[in-house]
Amino acid sequence: MSGERLLDIKSLSVTFGGLNALHDLDFHVDKGEIVSVIGPNGAGKTTFFNMISGMVTPTSGDIVYRGDSLLGLDPNQVTARGIARTFQNVRLFANMTILENVMVAQHCRTKVGVFGSLLNTRSFRREEEEIREYGKEVLGFFGSRLVGYRLDQTASVLSYANRRRLEIARAMATKPEIILLDEPVAGMNPKETEELTGLIGKLRSEWGFTIVMIEHDMKVVRDVSDRVVVLDHGETIAQGSYETVSNDPGVIEAYLGRPIEGNAS
Amino acid sequence: MTAAIRQRARPRTAVDRFLTFLRFALTALVVFGLFAFLVQQFVGPDNPLTRFLNEDANRLDWDAFRGLLVSGLSQGSMYGLIALGYSMVYGVLGFINFAHGEVFMVGAMTGLITSNKLFEAGVWDDAFPVAILIAVLVSTICATLTAVLMERIAYRPLRGAPRLIPLITSIGVSFFIQNTSALLLGPGAKRYPLLPQWLRDDRGPTWLRIGGQKILVIVVAAAAMAALWYLVERTKTGKAMRAVAEDKEIASLMGIDVDRTIVTTFAIGGAMAGIAGILWGILFGSVTEFTGFLPGIKAFSAAVVGGIGNLGGAMAGGLTLGGSESLAPQLILEPLGVTGHTQLKDAVAFLVLIYVLLVRPTGLFGERLSAEDRA
Amino acid sequence: MSDTAMSAPADLAPARAPLDQDWRKVVNYGLVLGLALVFISLTGMPDGLNSRVIVEPWLSMGYLSLMWLPFAIGFAVTHEQVLEGMVQHKRGARELVAGAVVGLIGGLCLSLLVYLLDTRDLSDPLVNWNQPLLDFLTRDGSVGEGVLLWVGVSTALGLFGGLMRIVPALGSRLVRAVILTVVGAAAMEALIDDLSEGVWKLEGVVEWLYHPREGLEPAGAIALAIAAAFVVLWLGRQLKKGGAVYNLAREAQPLAVNAVSVVAVAAAAILLPIFLGRLTNDLLVNVGLFVLLALGLNIVVGLAGILDLGYVAFYAVGGYSVAILTSPTSPGISPTLPFWLAIFIVVGMATLAGLFIGAPVIRMRGDYLAIVTLGFGEIIRLTVRSDWASGLTGGAQGMLSIPGPDLNIGGWTLPLVGWTMPKLEVDLMGTNPQHILYVVMFFVAIAIYVSWRLENSRIGRAWMAVREDESVAEAMGINTVTAKLQAFVVGAILASFAGAVFAAKVGSIFESSFKILVSIVILVIVIVGGMGRIAGVVAGAFVLVGILGGPNQPGLMAEFSEYKLLIYGALLVWMMLKRPEGLIPNVRRSRELHQEEFLQDAWLRGEVDRDEAGSEATTDEGWAPA
Repeated sequence: MSGERLLDIKSLSVTFGGLNALHDLDFHVDKGEIVSVIGPNGAGKTTFFNMISGMVTPTSGDIVYRGDSLLGLDPNQVTARGIARTFQNVRLFANMTILENVMVAQHCRTKVGVFGSLLNTRSFRREEEEIREYGKEVLGFFGSRLVGYRLDQTASVLSYANRRRLEIARAMATKPEIILLDEPVAGMNPKETEELTGLIGKLRSEWGFTIVMIEHDMKVVRDVSDRVVVLDHGETIAQGSYETVSNDPGVIEAYLGRPIEGNAS
Repeated sequence: MTAAIRQRARPRTAVDRFLTFLRFALTALVVFGLFAFLVQQFVGPDNPLTRFLNEDANRLDWDAFRGLLVSGLSQGSMYGLIALGYSMVYGVLGFINFAHGEVFMVGAMTGLITSNKLFEAGVWDDAFPVAILIAVLVSTICATLTAVLMERIAYRPLRGAPRLIPLITSIGVSFFIQNTSALLLGPGAKRYPLLPQWLRDDRGPTWLRIGGQKILVIVVAAAAMAALWYLVERTKTGKAMRAVAEDKEIASLMGIDVDRTIVTTFAIGGAMAGIAGILWGILFGSVTEFTGFLPGIKAFSAAVVGGIGNLGGAMAGGLTLGGSESLAPQLILEPLGVTGHTQLKDAVAFLVLIYVLLVRPTGLFGERLSAEDRA
Repeated sequence: MSDTAMSAPADLAPARAPLDQDWRKVVNYGLVLGLALVFISLTGMPDGLNSRVIVEPWLSMGYLSLMWLPFAIGFAVTHEQVLEGMVQHKRGARELVAGAVVGLIGGLCLSLLVYLLDTRDLSDPLVNWNQPLLDFLTRDGSVGEGVLLWVGVSTALGLFGGLMRIVPALGSRLVRAVILTVVGAAAMEALIDDLSEGVWKLEGVVEWLYHPREGLEPAGAIALAIAAAFVVLWLGRQLKKGGAVYNLAREAQPLAVNAVSVVAVAAAAILLPIFLGRLTNDLLVNVGLFVLLALGLNIVVGLAGILDLGYVAFYAVGGYSVAILTSPTSPGISPTLPFWLAIFIVVGMATLAGLFIGAPVIRMRGDYLAIVTLGFGEIIRLTVRSDWASGLTGGAQGMLSIPGPDLNIGGWTLPLVGWTMPKLEVDLMGTNPQHILYVVMFFVAIAIYVSWRLENSRIGRAWMAVREDESVAEAMGINTVTAKLQAFVVGAILASFAGAVFAAKVGSIFESSFKILVSIVILVIVIVGGMGRIAGVVAGAFVLVGILGGPNQPGLMAEFSEYKLLIYGALLVWMMLKRPEGLIPNVRRSRELHQEEFLQDAWLRGEVDRDEAGSEATTDEGWAPA
């Protein structure tokens, strides 16, 4: 898929107390792509996401988004620029309601401050209404599960699969250009996984997001990705379409004989 | 979870700039104050700088200085002993046991009760070494019991809770113990029996004459510290403590009884505080229900200053804090013309904490936290 | 008061045999009860509170302070957490036996104390080990009588506590209502007396209810009990219907209903001080100040999750700013501005203080932040007290002659119409507690409004997100530094309002009013009242400061002055262990916190006989107190 280059990462490295977590990593994403990042555990995938989102500072290399470097930015600034993410172990705001979770995610896209809130100005009310409506719209992406009476329930009552969905909805609500999905289907049963796979495709086709996804479930990777990048020990060892990558001997070796084809374990 | 390591190369936001300004201002204050002191001391009070800053300046004589230094160090060694408890508990459980200062107070109180009973029985005067040993034993045991009970009742049910909840609980425990003492034993100051004269006599060469009881305090504190070091570094229990402090889950997988180890940690910290309690009683001669509060907070600051979780750091932090709060008013504030500088001793202690957290947040000797508490 | 049960009543297994007990648990609870009874006796509470009579001559607060324990612990020992999938038994004699045995053991322990009091002397070091305590416990009788009394009473009360498990929910509601009404009426006697003074007929009723010296008349107590029972049994249903109607109306016409409620509350608030005498007005002013302080801290701790233990510093900033600006005798600067003008400058000072204290601590770990803010509070107090700053603040001697919040409205002439407005001189000097109460209510209203509006706004949500998970909040685009500073500043401004009114009301200011104790009492109010919930915080302030007393002032029941801090400490611990959500729980912090642990423990004990696949509420990141 050839769109404009959104994200360009060059020679990214980070060292944690002597351990080379990422080593000279090159990576890019074009607009409208769905790129999967796979690799054995400990390959540095989540660290990679943490660096893009600004939670970890690289020791060398550069992360360029739409021509500007993201290095040194705080996470909230990265999100404001247009890159949102989900977390591997779902980290919702458990004591806030479901609707509030997607409302607060719009924080960097809205601007009414303390005075507007206190004085209940027209712009405050208008903005609140907009935030609310957009939140419901985002939640509606997942069908009827997260809407209706659910809106005012605290996020803590949700089942596991619904939590993962809310996590994604929250990232969507920040109105980003790129969404980083960290193991979106982990822990879901096959039916839920299949449904979410379709939704990930819709994230691109209906909502226009560009997706970078870390995943272990190879079926999902195969069904949804335009391109697959394989990391191992902090380096890219292969890149290309799913077929190319799954037949690459280096990749097979990295997984040490585990079948790439079929279900994840 | 992910460590949020972010190094800001240069100050960028208004807050960062303000903090840099604050660091600079405090450092400048210290440096300039010391400079003014040196000028005042060695050039003499009759120079333009001193006359401008501090009109009633007087040369600080050696006796006064030595007095400040010694009292600072003896108080500091007690802060250090108390700080050990804070540091150990923080290293293992990751929260501040606000009530640890009350454990110290319990030691001081029970030591007082014991001492008075021994005094009435005549043992205090006739066989002081025996008496003091008994008092130390009793106060240590009571303090240890208090700490262990605290853990069992108030903290164990909260294992794994978000950090602030045990902290708030410990505030409640602190209040409870303070007021228990006030209600059961009566409010107001209670006095220790007078120490025998031979102990109170000044000793040492002429340039370093210290009251005997201060020597006793420093010696006992050092001995306790040494015993602790031996325990932590050389014994199996100590190894278990270090393992649990490092990573609770892995330690339990290695077969270590985590609960028992945590209780031991509390017990030892409590014992140290108990010893500090009776030493405090010996030094100052009186105890109230509030005696533990301020030293407790200062001891925690000492633990932070030295590096939380780091036992050697706790002791060093204690000495640093004790010395600073004793000397700084005279050496920095007074030359700058601050009237009533001795009243600001406690404020200095807090300022030291704030300064260290601004300039070197991991403490002088670095933190030692468990895997889950880092970042 | 029923157990949390999710299975239908039809699934109940038959009641267990009376002697089928977890004896270890029963004995443990019994010993704990005994220890508690002995402890409370030795703190001097029973004797000290004896002067406060509940029902003359039957029951005094002193005896109540002991008697609630066997009842409560008898109730607690029979508690069983039953969750989905667990086997639930019917309640029966087993509960009575458990309660009774617990009470028995407790009574025996207390009897031991009675015996020892008579035979040994431990008054050094236990100051309350004396004859009055013995007389109290034996009701001036012999040791034998005392033993019989307590063994009997304690066993009976323990049994009664167990009984609460057996009676239907209505029964326990009844008991609760009766106890609350009778004790509440006795506690608030001064307030009720004040309110009814001069009010036609009501004064007579009140006089009949209460004993001339203090406490309720037996007949009065019985009448109140019957009234409470009536409300619960018959009126209860009507009230519920009324409540349903109210809710429906609220949904249909939210704006109108809300407006009416607000007007009703405001009318009550405005009329109330007129009916109250001077002392109660004074008390309410105190309570109001703490409501204000608690609402401010609620924003910092309850909404944003920042544990600020140095909150009293902002209280001091408000007070001292007003003192310096308005008092003619303030050393140093003395512009002698009117109160209501000085308030604006106070807001500015509070903002600066909030930023100055907030900036260094904003990036620190939560617990470090707590200690450092505590340090800041102390630094400010010590500095204000020192000789060095006394040129500005009066040092340890404080400042005097602070004028009250006078207000002169009117007397202006409209130019075109030529009509002169009548002059309304409202002398709000500290000499008139009624006017001060209005001033306090004015600021409390502002605080409630601010809390309410900010809670449901963009910044309020940002605060809650920061409280829940700061790194994730940042990942969601929230600038946490800005958000936290905003919380600090709003909290500081509210506290400074309280300080300003305090200074103007008392007419003088001393640093001793701003000790750490004050910060902690405010924290207790916020936590006990329920973090983040406005109504809860207000209620908490009323109950704690109003009845038990604040850090420097007595409450309605002044007898509690020596003991209130002990109670606050215990309350704080209990709140954190049992219900982190607070007395009036914020809807957001729900029961989910408690369920998982018990289900797991029960499964381990083999009490789960169905293989439940798990409900909607699976918390993989949850935590619950043991």
